[in-house]
Amino acid sequence: MKNRVIVVGAGGAGLVAALNAHENGAKVSVITKEYPTRSQTCMAQGGINAVLSGDEGDSIEIHVQNTLKSANALANESAVRYMCEEAPKAVAWLDSIGVPFSRTPKSKIAQRKLGGAYAARACYAQDYTGLKILHTLYDRCLAEGIEILNERYLLELLSKLDESGKKHICGVSLLNKRSGEIEIHKASSVIIATGGYSRLYHNYSTNSLSSTGDGIASALRAGARVSDMEFVQFHPTALKNSSILISESARGAGGYLLNSKGKRFVNELLPRDEVSKAIHDEIVKGEDIYLDIRHLGAEFIEKELPQEAKLAKLYENVDPVHDLIPIKPAAHYTMGGIEVDMNSSTCIAGLFAAGECANHKVHGANRLGGNSLLELVVFGRQAGVNAAKYAKEFSKEISHVKEKEFFEDEIAEIKRFTNEINFYEKQAYLGEFFYKNVGIKRDKEALQETLKLVEEMRDDLPKMGVSDKTKEYNTNLIEFLEFKNMLMLAEAVLLCAISRQESRGAHFRIDFAKTDEKYTAHTIVDSDKRVSYEN
Amino acid sequence: MKINIQRQSVVTYNVDMEGATLLEVLNEIKRSQDPSLAYSSGCRSSVCGSCAVRVNGREVLACSYHAKDGDLVEPLNNTPVLRDLVVDMDGAYSFNAKAKAWQSSLAENVSLSEENQHINELQSDCILCASCYSACPVYAVNSEFLGPFSLTRVWRYVSDKRESNPKSKIDAVQTNGVWDCTLCNECTIVCPQGISSKADIEKLRAKSSMFGYMDPSFGNFGGSFNDGSPVF
Repeated sequence: MKNRVIVVGAGGAGLVAALNAHENGAKVSVITKEYPTRSQTCMAQGGINAVLSGDEGDSIEIHVQNTLKSANALANESAVRYMCEEAPKAVAWLDSIGVPFSRTPKSKIAQRKLGGAYAARACYAQDYTGLKILHTLYDRCLAEGIEILNERYLLELLSKLDESGKKHICGVSLLNKRSGEIEIHKASSVIIATGGYSRLYHNYSTNSLSSTGDGIASALRAGARVSDMEFVQFHPTALKNSSILISESARGAGGYLLNSKGKRFVNELLPRDEVSKAIHDEIVKGEDIYLDIRHLGAEFIEKELPQEAKLAKLYENVDPVHDLIPIKPAAHYTMGGIEVDMNSSTCIAGLFAAGECANHKVHGANRLGGNSLLELVVFGRQAGVNAAKYAKEFSKEISHVKEKEFFEDEIAEIKRFTNEINFYEKQAYLGEFFYKNVGIKRDKEALQETLKLVEEMRDDLPKMGVSDKTKEYNTNLIEFLEFKNMLMLAEAVLLCAISRQESRGAHFRIDFAKTDEKYTAHTIVDSDKRVSYEN
Repeated sequence: MKINIQRQSVVTYNVDMEGATLLEVLNEIKRSQDPSLAYSSGCRSSVCGSCAVRVNGREVLACSYHAKDGDLVEPLNNTPVLRDLVVDMDGAYSFNAKAKAWQSSLAENVSLSEENQHINELQSDCILCASCYSACPVYAVNSEFLGPFSLTRVWRYVSDKRESNPKSKIDAVQTNGVWDCTLCNECTIVCPQGISSKADIEKLRAKSSMFGYMDPSFGNFGGSFNDGSPVF
């Protein structure tokens, strides 16, 4: 157990953490509920921010300032500064392991300008930046011989109190999806890198079906704290029926947003939260909203926006050369997550977190495009290095942790739930309710109504459960466990959103429409559901 | 419309969802008719490679295929079925490691031009959905064949200017590798990303020749059958 580091989650943050823990001498196992290359990171299109040169007058300082501005005074300046300073090194490292970044005619890594940025600083690989980074990291892990355990679902983080009453991590309990067996893996250090919780919004999220916040929920149950959970970024242009993302590049290239009357109603190039709010207001008035790129012409669309054209045809059955594309805003990125310090460590000794599941306080109330891929490299590295160091120095005996039987009983109990209520329907209903009441605009009454719904659903869990009692590859069971985790996080989001009586970035309260200085602090929720504010 | 799904036996489901993707149909069946149906999915937008299945014998991504009345949906070939449409990918993916599909060492300060980058731009679009692996007929005779996606991945790294030891990459794909392919082109036809592993394998063969390797089947003309290569 000594020197063993377990990484839960195999997206960008998890794989970067694993590589760095391995490089620093730890024996690393990566655990994923799917396969590494299927992780959410593959969906990132835009790019990874780094100031690579002073051309165009850009500087690390301006990157810091752009990030802080977008964060609405809710980011930690030293964390932001660390991330921005590390950014050029992060991109150089990705380049050194073979990430196929696009290049300029001058043989430089190509960069594009994203919303809220002073200059073109998002390094990209066509529309496939996340995909190509993720796959290259995966190949690197194979090269290093790092153990990857696929199709294991995280049940709980195992921890123990030491003599002085301080909690330390001991390992994880997992459900092997294939065998249906419980596995206990002991380790002196665990890194959570399980991604965000946008699937709370169900059909109103651009995310992969796997973004169910399992690691955050487990961390909360284990006694870690979560913070800033109320801040959820809505992307303005997801396809109306499927919520599949149409990239910002369509508006960047000159696309219009139109209402049912065919009228433009907002400057399309404002920041994401502004554009989403404007669209929301139109929808509330009963308007349907469309993205119009017809005027850009067939040739331009084919050459510059092929991915968008393909997605619109496939999922909305419209040809953007001749038709309007029906859109709506959808939940895209969750700024909140597991509370970590400047070393990526949680309040449980040996438990670290990185990536979208963690809150390093670099995004604040509104994330800047291109900073999420950056965060996962910079803080994935930090978590990996620190976890390895901790594991090396760890000298306690890991014993008396919960055994396999305990978790087998828990699963057996769930299989005895009565299944009178179809949880898939409840999940869809919760998503709609969240979109309507905990979405782009919120107020006290709607938030409290939603909290009541979540509490009712939680109490009704024993009436839900699964109809499939099979042991092997029971996706019905896994999806129910994910739903349970999402209900837990739904409550945390609501407690934060109700408590924060002001508007800031992605959190807009109709009943408190202005930013209030006294809330320039992070909302913290602990495992007893107590809400407090800290700076 | 009727959708037939290969489970332990073929089960027919009735859904009223004209124009929907196969993934949407599977979701609806699971939600409202049979929660025990097992299949994989993720991004819903053709980039995570989770939902490849065979429809009427042809590999497709469920999220980008529009279901039609009477379709027969089956799991991928050449890989063990775990349940219903879910297959165990560990064996298939293990060929990436066996083929050493990575850059052999870290490259510091190697400058790439646009032209350098275009060489393997398409190959690095691979989403590891394993459609090519399922369609490959070589597995019928050689279960240790490194296979189309792993060889495409090797080509990606070999062709990259940052690879400092291309010979080591080429050495790794001689046994059960480039010469075992029949160049039938099935992999190219089914790739949702428009990649041709067949073409990449041909390029790897040319590169192999440059390093002094030759097609071992030429040796068979002398009547030797014991070199392990398939004989048709």
